[in-house]
Amino acid sequence: MATLDVSAVSKSFGTNKILHGVDLTVADGEMIVIVGASGCGKSTLLRIVAGLETATTGTIRIAGRDVTGLEPADRDIAMVFQNYALYPHMTVAQNMAYGLKIRGLPKPEIATRVAEAATLLGIQALLDRRPRQLSGGQRQRVAMGRAIVREPKLFLFDEPLSNLDAKLRVQMRAEIRRLQRRLGVTSLFVTHDQTEAMTLGDRLVVMHAGHAAQVATPMEVWARPADTYVAGFIGSPAMNFLEGSLTEGGRAVALKAGPLLRFADGPRPGAEGLPLIIGIRPEHVEATEAGLALPLDLVEPLGSETVLHGRLPDGEALTVKLAGPAPVGGAIQVSLPAAALHVFDAASGKRLDPVA
Amino acid sequence: MDDDALAAATRRRQARERIMSHGWLILGVLIFAFPVWITLVGSTHDASTIGRGDVPLLPGPHAIENYTAAWTSGGEGRYRASPASLMLWNSALMALCIAAGKITISLLSAYAVVFFQFRGRMLAFWTIFLTLMLPVEVRIIPTYQVIVSLDLFNSMAGLTIPLIASATATLLFRQFFLTIPDEYVEAAKMDGAGPVRFFRDILLPLSVTNIAALFVILFIYGWNQYLWPLLVVNDRGLETIVVGLAKMIGNGDAQNEWNVIMAMAVLALLPPVAVVVLMQRWFIKGLTETEK
Amino acid sequence: MKKTLFKGTALPWLLLAPQLAVTCIFFLWPAGAAIWQSVLQEDPWGTRSEFVGLRNFAEVLVEPEWRGAALNTLVFSTSVAVLAMGSALFLAVQADKAIRGGNAYKTLLIWPYAVAPAVAAVLWLFLFHPSIGLIGQALNQAGIAWDYKLNGGQAMTLVIIAAAWKQVSYNFIFFLAGLQSIPKSVLEAAAIDGARPVRRFWTIIFPLLSPTSFFLLVVNLVYAFFDTFGVIHALTGGGPGKATETLIYKVYVEGVQNVNLGSSAAQSVILMVIVIALTAVQFRFIERKVHY
Repeated sequence: MATLDVSAVSKSFGTNKILHGVDLTVADGEMIVIVGASGCGKSTLLRIVAGLETATTGTIRIAGRDVTGLEPADRDIAMVFQNYALYPHMTVAQNMAYGLKIRGLPKPEIATRVAEAATLLGIQALLDRRPRQLSGGQRQRVAMGRAIVREPKLFLFDEPLSNLDAKLRVQMRAEIRRLQRRLGVTSLFVTHDQTEAMTLGDRLVVMHAGHAAQVATPMEVWARPADTYVAGFIGSPAMNFLEGSLTEGGRAVALKAGPLLRFADGPRPGAEGLPLIIGIRPEHVEATEAGLALPLDLVEPLGSETVLHGRLPDGEALTVKLAGPAPVGGAIQVSLPAAALHVFDAASGKRLDPVA
Repeated sequence: MDDDALAAATRRRQARERIMSHGWLILGVLIFAFPVWITLVGSTHDASTIGRGDVPLLPGPHAIENYTAAWTSGGEGRYRASPASLMLWNSALMALCIAAGKITISLLSAYAVVFFQFRGRMLAFWTIFLTLMLPVEVRIIPTYQVIVSLDLFNSMAGLTIPLIASATATLLFRQFFLTIPDEYVEAAKMDGAGPVRFFRDILLPLSVTNIAALFVILFIYGWNQYLWPLLVVNDRGLETIVVGLAKMIGNGDAQNEWNVIMAMAVLALLPPVAVVVLMQRWFIKGLTETEK
Repeated sequence: MKKTLFKGTALPWLLLAPQLAVTCIFFLWPAGAAIWQSVLQEDPWGTRSEFVGLRNFAEVLVEPEWRGAALNTLVFSTSVAVLAMGSALFLAVQADKAIRGGNAYKTLLIWPYAVAPAVAAVLWLFLFHPSIGLIGQALNQAGIAWDYKLNGGQAMTLVIIAAAWKQVSYNFIFFLAGLQSIPKSVLEAAAIDGARPVRRFWTIIFPLLSPTSFFLLVVNLVYAFFDTFGVIHALTGGGPGKATETLIYKVYVEGVQNVNLGSSAAQSVILMVIVIALTAVQFRFIERKVHY
């Protein structure tokens, strides 16, 4: 199997810069998910790795070999496309065999490989059908099969689940994960769906405006987002952001909404009065008997939990997720536990960690 | 009660309208078919019946001799044409050459224009596009002179080659190629297919219906050519049936061998009509898509 | 444009070569020659030619015969377009209403498209011939002196009918497709709004068909201008007198029979300008249709 090194890759279309020097190292057998909103450059990055686009600067190495200038066919990779791109005039078996045929593999070996992949994916019965006669989930499997038979060094997935309905998506997600573990092929998976990213990836690359905003494990991204963009992007409902300023020699924040909160994990660097953004996830906000008053303007019962939307006295919006049914009445009292606070520099949006 | 009456009246009116529609359509069909019916019937009577001016409305007994005359000798009269067997062959060959030639060169050039990035692409595209604006009838005399100076007068090549450049067909294929998802090209690249393989293994099979549709249209276009063959060919051995038929009419004397002319007319319209009727689905697709 | 393309220069030019060769030799060269000849005057023996600027054009445009041909073309094209489009729209509306059997009518109405214009002319000649034609005889017996070979108006009527007959199929296909592409919900909304069928047709269907109608108008005009050469040549030869001589026919007469190349070329160039104008109008319209 293989490693993947992306170093200082940038891409411009004319004066329009899509990628600003992205670095990424993927270990052998690792599954990396590139996640971000549309237009963040995630697909461009994938296509550069695939060789479908050329990087303006930077290099791509697969298994230590510099493939920057090579055609996709010479990179020993396989790709699963968003719309599957199954050749409509070929049967499932022909679709899977096409790449092997072009590479001149002997017929018996092609047959063996196709049969193996079909068994692995449970599509033996479909081999003689054409893509038109398949359901979305079946097409998805065939597209996977086409990638698997090639036994490539690297799998690339370009939002392969986004054309499936919600239920099937969850099922295929788990299947892709199991398959990737079992085959142990280094993989790059692009998606805009944060749940998909969190559940699939060994590590995530959160892309924002052509930069890799954070490269870390899903839990790390969730627990210690590198900036306000990542913090707001990962997690649902999205993290609350409140304005405040640094005080008490870096030991506390004075919220614009009123209260003074002391940091639980130590002082932050910075001058007195430094503008901060304080993040807190809705599920970490606690309802108390006596705290900040939060008049509610929308209550969304979800069964096992309830999402409440309200406004703090200074007008800032706050979303709260509480276990159990909705509270009675038009307002609640909330407190913000110090241990759950994320501290960001208001100017740069970067996370401020406690001074060691 | 009133509403019930209204409902009944509405139902009657709707039924009446439906019957009217069918009535009009049947009338339309009959008007369309009438000239062909008269011709068909006329081709089964002898020359004197028609020459007398007794227009028969029902088939007569002379079908075999009339069609034999048309087929083998082209008739006996003053304006006798080449035998239908020869002219049909010429027409078919011309129509097939034009259709196949147009499809081939249009497929290739549309492929180049859509799937390749190269210097001069837009120049090439606009050069081809220009020909859309210059139907052969408009530049007929100078084109004829070109044929003469290339020594292609009185040849099948001179008859067909000038008609095979077609911006319409190129545009149709271009349009169709543009709807082919990029992912097919990408997947083919991943599979290791180069441009030639992609064309042969993927693009060509995907284009089959478009090719069939275009073939029907172009076959008819070729078969029905008139002015060009009239000009470029005076060798009787290369005469096409449409031109030959018109020549048989001469200036329309009553003494013409109308029975044989009518048989010839039936033979001239049968092949393209058969193609349209048998390949109706592709024909309609071809029509509606070439004109977009 | 596609984002994934093949690279390379030699292969795309190789693919384009046949198309470009035919285009240059049989389109651009003759068109250039036409423009060149249109500013030259040959002496009667064809040995010398001198540059005369726009004099050929000036002469053509004031020539009474050319003006007569222009007027004929106008009358002929407008009549063919109105007749062919009107009856096609009427039949298409009926076919759209008659849900059952709609496809059978389609088959029965589209085949005349396949008939060559010259053959269509011959079919109608069989009907309207003064002595052997069913309708021609009937008219004569009814006291109308019918002979299209002597009466210019009658000749014009006959070529119009023959030319329109063939074109109805084409218009029918497009009108029917246009009608069937009108979303049912729009008509249902109009019905709920209280519009009765006749009103629905004029306030909803007809306006929604206007892109189709406009497109067909251009196509029919181009057809009447150029493709009907065969109808006129086979039926009347431009006569009697010059009663059915259209612009394209005159180019042919001038270039082939009178061998007046300068004048013929100037007329060709004028026709090219007309076609280019029509095509340009059509393209501007297609661009707008996208936003409709």
